Amino acid sequence: MELIKLQDIYKTYHLGQVDVPVLKGVSLVVEQGEMVALMGASGSGKTTLMNILGCLDRPSAGHYWLEGREISGLSTDERARLRNQKIGFVFQNFNLLARTSALDNVMMPLSYAPAGVPDREARDRCVALLERVGLGDRLEHESSQLSGGEQQRVAIARALVNQPALLFADEPTGNLDSRTSVEILRMFQQLNGEEGLTIILVTHDAGVAHHAQRIIHIRDGVIENGFSAGAAQTKPEVGHKVRATEVAP
Amino acid sequence: MSWWHTQFHSRTLRTAFHALGRNKMRSGLTTLGIIIGVGAVIAMMEIGNGSSNAIQKSIASMGADNLIVFPGTAASGGVTFGAGTATTLTPEDAEAIGQECPAARAVATIVRARAQVVYGNRNWVPLFIYGASPSFLDVRNWNDLAEGGMFTEQDVRNAAKVCVLGQTLVRELFQGTSPLGQEVRVRNVAFKVIGVLSAKGANMMGMDQDDILLAPWTTIKRRVSGSTLGNENQSAQNAASASGTQATVNTLSDIYPGQSALYPVPSAVQAADTPLPVRFENIDQLLVAAQDPRETQLALRQITQVLHERHRIRPGESDDFNIRDMTEMTRALAATTGLMTNLLLCVALISLVVGGVGIMNIMLVSVTERTREIGLRMAVGARARDILRQFLVEAVVLCLLGGALGIAIGRGSSLLLRATLHWPTELSVGAILAAVIVSLSVGMIFGYYPAWKASRLDPIEALRYE
Repeated sequence: MELIKLQDIYKTYHLGQVDVPVLKGVSLVVEQGEMVALMGASGSGKTTLMNILGCLDRPSAGHYWLEGREISGLSTDERARLRNQKIGFVFQNFNLLARTSALDNVMMPLSYAPAGVPDREARDRCVALLERVGLGDRLEHESSQLSGGEQQRVAIARALVNQPALLFADEPTGNLDSRTSVEILRMFQQLNGEEGLTIILVTHDAGVAHHAQRIIHIRDGVIENGFSAGAAQTKPEVGHKVRATEVAP
Repeated sequence: MSWWHTQFHSRTLRTAFHALGRNKMRSGLTTLGIIIGVGAVIAMMEIGNGSSNAIQKSIASMGADNLIVFPGTAASGGVTFGAGTATTLTPEDAEAIGQECPAARAVATIVRARAQVVYGNRNWVPLFIYGASPSFLDVRNWNDLAEGGMFTEQDVRNAAKVCVLGQTLVRELFQGTSPLGQEVRVRNVAFKVIGVLSAKGANMMGMDQDDILLAPWTTIKRRVSGSTLGNENQSAQNAASASGTQATVNTLSDIYPGQSALYPVPSAVQAADTPLPVRFENIDQLLVAAQDPRETQLALRQITQVLHERHRIRPGESDDFNIRDMTEMTRALAATTGLMTNLLLCVALISLVVGGVGIMNIMLVSVTERTREIGLRMAVGARARDILRQFLVEAVVLCLLGGALGIAIGRGSSLLLRATLHWPTELSVGAILAAVIVSLSVGMIFGYYPAWKASRLDPIEALRYE
């Protein structure tokens, strides 16, 4: 099943009198349960594409279907709600709240959930998530008391707290040493493999990108190898259940 | 849905407290303006209220509900003799007022004299020698005598030679011994002391109200001042001269031997000679107490009406009496303290506004500083209005906390002033309510702009903000 489908996405920025086209007709399909790396040099439109995919920004033209729903025309508030419910974000610089415990950091997105979660249940869910990322003994630690890898794992738990369909990781290992990077990437693979979570890794590092099943290269606002759902199948190293159901029809 | 709302609001509140707690020092300094402003408002209001009440209380003890009726001005051949010189007030006027004015609680007849009081080898000229009716104490709220009792209606009828003394006079004449049963002499008339007034202190003009001798007004009138119709007028009095007066006084009872009526009855010839009723006995002033200090105006109207009828004054004619009330003084004084309170309140309110500007300032800094946090919150699904609410709640919480602290400080300082300097402060619930409302609105008003600014941030820009 297609989780994401982009069709002829254009994005043009207006800098004073000059129009700067950044995305020039991007079309792309990401299947549910895929782990995709989005690669490109700086200035290639990679970040812009990620912002559009993450519903932080809207395209100037083109269509974007998320879970079969056209969302390129949503209002700001509707997009905020969609981000809250469907999309998790992991950032390069972790972006944890300062002087706030790991638990409260993970709980933060729940306070913007349209359907309220009772305090108890919210707490239980967050504790479970922190245990899942291996921080069961760090619940009350503030972000400044955690190492980089631990902070990123708190961020991952936070991204997962609303059970999103899609996880965005924007250079998730950019501020980590290589050993911790590998740990974090393994965790992504694990989440993808065990729970069928769709993950999009945005990176310029080929080493990182190779942890994904499929790599999408973007250059000068155009995808070089975008469409192929088939491209995903040319790299069959990770076979998992979601893929299996997809292939069947 | 309502469950979720309370849930949501409690979370917003918790988030706000958390955000403020992350920077306690700054939050404290930010809200200092509000604390001082509210504290000043509360303290000012309590002190202002207290002093204004104290002033009103002391004015009440001076007789705020009293009305004083003076006779009009005597004039002869273009020469006027000043207020109270006409002989137009009679004891019957007092009786009529007592009976016909429902707003009057008590009426006292007063005849004044100024003379030396002698006891043994000591003497003193008291400020007041009042010939009065027994109701005088009622009118002046002076019923608690220190010793003995007041003279009676019967004493007035008999022109009995009894008197009641004020504390100052007792001190000057008796020097510690009890004056009860002793005799003092006023212009050679011996008065038996039957009572001693309690201390009342000075009145508003600084006159010692305890420097007083009270006697039945008939006694003072006939035996001491000896003013009959013949010598009442100033010009007539001049002609009579001092020595002549003295002689008249002590022989007054001889003029009307065997007279049992209280006042001399005018003869047929006298009645025929004068078209207006002749007042054989006039008094110097009437003291009327209203039923309620707030009803003095009503009492004043009723007295005016009664006197108009009794004195046959037609509409358009000028009154032959004038009435003074203390409420004018009460009001003037209350207005003075009210003015002071309002002035101080204005200053305090200005400091509140300054405090609000401080809050806005720091909230703006805080928004800039927390740009990335705002971006993150937006990225994980906070809508613009969520961000707006969060910062607004933070500002309001800050102001309310400051307000609460300010109330505590204001109350505390007013209590301290009361305890140390004995200032008469008084709890003002209105001021506390106003302080809460004002700090709430200061938070709303001055918190809105920063919160609005925060809510307008673009999440992409905000996340990338360094």
